[in-house]
Amino acid sequence: MAALSMTPTVGHAQQLLNASYDPTREFYRQYNALFIDHWRAEGHDAPRIDTTHAGSGAQARAVIDGLNAHVVTLALAADIDAVATATGKIPADWQSRLPHGSSPYTSTIVFLVRDGNPKGIADWGDLTGDGIEVITPNPKTSGGARWNYLAAWAWAEQNGRDPKEFVGQLYRNVPVLDTGARGSTTTFTQRGIGDVLLAWENEAWLALEELGEDEFDIVVPSVSILAEPPVTVVDGNIANDDQRALAEEYLTYLYSPEAQALAMKNFYRAWDTSAATPEDAARFPDLNLVTIADFGGWAKAQPEHFGDGGTFDQIYTAK
Amino acid sequence: MGTWLGTRRSAMPGFGLSMGITLTLLSIVVLLPIGALLVPGLAWGPAEIWATISTERVRAALFLSFRISLLAALFNLVFGVVLAWVLVRYEFPGRRLVDAAVDLPFALPTAVAGIALTALYAPNGLFGSVLSDMGLRIAYTQIGIFIALVFVGLPFVTRTVQPVIAEIEKEVEEASATLGATRGYTLRRVILPMLMPAALTGFALSLARSVGEYGSVIFIAGNIPGRTEIAPLLIVIRLEEFNYNAAAAIGIAMLLISFAMLLIINIIQVWSRRRIGYV
Repeated sequence: MAALSMTPTVGHAQQLLNASYDPTREFYRQYNALFIDHWRAEGHDAPRIDTTHAGSGAQARAVIDGLNAHVVTLALAADIDAVATATGKIPADWQSRLPHGSSPYTSTIVFLVRDGNPKGIADWGDLTGDGIEVITPNPKTSGGARWNYLAAWAWAEQNGRDPKEFVGQLYRNVPVLDTGARGSTTTFTQRGIGDVLLAWENEAWLALEELGEDEFDIVVPSVSILAEPPVTVVDGNIANDDQRALAEEYLTYLYSPEAQALAMKNFYRAWDTSAATPEDAARFPDLNLVTIADFGGWAKAQPEHFGDGGTFDQIYTAK
Repeated sequence: MGTWLGTRRSAMPGFGLSMGITLTLLSIVVLLPIGALLVPGLAWGPAEIWATISTERVRAALFLSFRISLLAALFNLVFGVVLAWVLVRYEFPGRRLVDAAVDLPFALPTAVAGIALTALYAPNGLFGSVLSDMGLRIAYTQIGIFIALVFVGLPFVTRTVQPVIAEIEKEVEEASATLGATRGYTLRRVILPMLMPAALTGFALSLARSVGEYGSVIFIAGNIPGRTEIAPLLIVIRLEEFNYNAAAAIGIAMLLISFAMLLIINIIQVWSRRRIGYV
């Protein structure tokens, strides 16, 4: 990137780097094109927009270590909080800068099962049964996996089960812990491992679309979690006012009816349905959704569940 | 500069210059990064480092990494020498092709190797499906890790042993045979001692590569803490927790264990070289 930014910018073409997480690959490819058209329609030169994808935590670490990302669009607020505290390049109240806690689109956690649901999996309680193999990534390395974990926890709490014990049993049925959500999807769909994949709703729909609806079914559990992937500008990496205007508009435009419709087309739950096609808007079933606030926010949930020695670590140390 | 190491001057000029370049580059490329790992890690305090390393999870990961690396390197030692022997001593159709294929694990991105191996050994893969009919599971077990490490480490042994085999003259074996030795005796007492130092070098390289291997292993390993979680993955996990000190601590532990193992191999090498007094 350093080499690129040193080359003289012909015609003052502006440049923006978006550090995102794995499953947004398809969405941002389309959104960048949509946004460039919008930006040009506003009378600017076409900017150059790059998006990098990796695990959400890895992207946060890359920005902390000096990746010159101008905006971050990550899987959970805790990762952006980590950038804010470690670098000071983002103000502490970043989440109040954009509507809906800076999450322009949301998702939830659903189950992807094999066609016809041969093991009859209907809800979280079925996942701890004997002989059921559950595929989910490692919450230590995957943002999506943390939502999976908390959704299971919430179900146990609401159904009178000891959540720690329930989640522990669930993870004892996990034969593979991939490092990221995409890896888990591959393990389940391509390698044929497991009876159920705990997935972002958008990943599950994408798998259906890419791999054929006769291969897999989506099962919606009775309780899930509102997964809120937030976005923000990395103020400390912004070079000048022009770039700030571009970066801010890049994120604000995510809330426009067109971008919201695009998010829904990519299987995200967006807020504004006014421009979405009816079938996209109707795709998402109403769910009993808990939120991260029910866990006391990320500042509390992150160390309690996923920190060193937290509840997740205890699953694998208690034999 | 040229004289301080000894009184005899080499016929070739440029020792001072080349030594300077060597030391500078070695410092930048190797010594500084290791220092960057050691200095902040050690500054953290030996007690904290020990507390990090001595948890059951870290110990399990370190033990797993080194144990399977050792097994894979041993396998490569035997198979790599046989492979090298076949490639040097026998003419057969496709020999050059096989010879070229030995280098592939060097060239292949490790992630590609991992994905390819997983596709083969997953229960629905080409080998995996046959083996899972027999009740054997390869991918996502420790056997999967072993296969990945064998794959990435094999060329090291073959490539270090090949030139040595090429130098052993056939006459040595013939002389041994005319003096009444059996084939097994010739192999054991004549050929293998000559191969030992090079084979040990290859073994050490293969071992070193396996210990640090990440890309190809995480795809096939399963990554279950305490069972199939390798130490490099644990370092990455600590980094994802933004716990740089703990990551460095595990790194230092690996560095020290690796150094100790390489030292032992080196001592064996010196010993065997002395015994044979040759090569």
